[in-house]
Amino acid sequence: MIISTIAFYLFAAMTIASAFMVISAKNPVHSVLYLILAFFNSAALFVLLGAEFIAMILVVVYVGAVAVLFLFVVMMLDINFAELRQGFLQYLPIGGLIGLILLIELILVVSGWALSPEAIQVGSQVAPVMTDLTNTEQIGQVIYTEYAYLFQIAGMILLVAMIGAIVLTNRSRPGVRKQNIARQVYRRPEESMAVRKVEPGQGV
Amino acid sequence: MAEFWDIYLLPALIIIGQILLIVVPLLVAVAYLTLYERKVMAVMQLRKGPNVVGPFGLLQPLADGAKLFFKETVVPTGANKVLFLLAPMVTFILSLIAWAVIPFDEGWVLADINVGGLYLFAISSLGVYGIIVAGWASNSRYPFLGALRSAAQMVSYEVSIGFVIVTVLLCAGTLNLSGIVESQKGDLGLLNWWFVPLFPMFIIFFISILAETNRHPFDLPEAEAELVAGYQTEYSSMAFALFFLGEYANMILMSGICTVLFLGGWLPPADWAIFTWIPGIIWFGVKIAILLFVFIWVRATLPRYRYDQLMRLGWKVFLPFSLLWVVVTAGFLVYFDMVPA
Repeated sequence: MIISTIAFYLFAAMTIASAFMVISAKNPVHSVLYLILAFFNSAALFVLLGAEFIAMILVVVYVGAVAVLFLFVVMMLDINFAELRQGFLQYLPIGGLIGLILLIELILVVSGWALSPEAIQVGSQVAPVMTDLTNTEQIGQVIYTEYAYLFQIAGMILLVAMIGAIVLTNRSRPGVRKQNIARQVYRRPEESMAVRKVEPGQGV
Repeated sequence: MAEFWDIYLLPALIIIGQILLIVVPLLVAVAYLTLYERKVMAVMQLRKGPNVVGPFGLLQPLADGAKLFFKETVVPTGANKVLFLLAPMVTFILSLIAWAVIPFDEGWVLADINVGGLYLFAISSLGVYGIIVAGWASNSRYPFLGALRSAAQMVSYEVSIGFVIVTVLLCAGTLNLSGIVESQKGDLGLLNWWFVPLFPMFIIFFISILAETNRHPFDLPEAEAELVAGYQTEYSSMAFALFFLGEYANMILMSGICTVLFLGGWLPPADWAIFTWIPGIIWFGVKIAILLFVFIWVRATLPRYRYDQLMRLGWKVFLPFSLLWVVVTAGFLVYFDMVPA
């Protein structure tokens, strides 16, 4: 299948190119848009692999939700580009040092890379089972049986993060008038309205 | 060479032909939806509506299109040109590509993929980009405010739309849209469609798609009184026309999704000979037209929501309720052993 090979190289090249543009684009909004392009191309790579469920989830979660919030925040930032470039030389040594340390760490990790014997054994056993199940069903069957606890724990962690974010940002401001819809609905004409007969020249 | 023709070129040509068969009628439908809207609103407001161009104003959409086509495209000086012109294209293209998985009739679907429901959800969650990029790239205040409102609104209502889709998937037992329609087949006809057992979800879904397509009473992103025209303020000519087409194509698309999920897609409302004789695509079209009528009816009837009320409705009413209903439905299916295999 020459077409799928061409498609793979096209999407892979575009993923790398757009990922590079994410860190090199001068305008942060452009960076986010390139990031979205990178997500799309990775989703396309998943589709080429036959993992359409993961591809769709990637688009829904990362492009549809996470990147929207990124874009939201980045658009609101008031960035002075001249100021941003000013400190470039000043921060170059320390930035370079951090990059170097990370690179050395990566090299150390990768050079010491070895699969445990169990992993090799498992890897040789579990060939992709050719069943007539769609990959959505296959993922569901694994997640909700073997990895049910891990799945639950992941959910719990996200819940804790969410509650934490709400607690950190929620300030109760006293003295703010708020609309209480239940109270509005339960108001009756009798208790909020009075009809009076006003004599001319006397007032209420 | 013959092999190349058989394997690659011929299928590609067939697919392009199918795409044209979907897109061209869709664009005509969009053009006439604008006329439909103006006519229906006119009748509701005791007016006549467009009736000058052609019989019953039938040529009005073409006249409007021609007028927009001959206008000058104005790009503001401070605008980010590439993104400014890209945004309407994104909106328009996204409203078209979702149709690839919609089943018009039994087997009448361009791409019968297993994750059709997710694909639609993914595409509809991307719709926000066209608007938010348009608002930012215009480099102007009203469009930016409109874009921010729109982004917040679409993200909020997507959550409940997701839960509604999950409920239907639970009952249907498949992500494939043709499969979802097939699951609504039965002896009871219309009463077998998912809008009967899942009636609250049907209502939530309909209100959420009003918000998702930025329609009244949730048209805050383009609220004239506050924001001129929201994210569309700086657009003219064909760029504006693309936004307009995209918005209306999205309305038709969302009605189509609603039809597939809740109203039995191409299925006739009863198993009588006279109904089954009518082809499925007609039923599909009629159901979409009914939903679109409700869209217009709502527009002609309801006043616009205030922004905080909109957010309250999305997050404090629809989200908990739809989440609860997912749990209730799943529990019901498991308890009565009705989970589809």
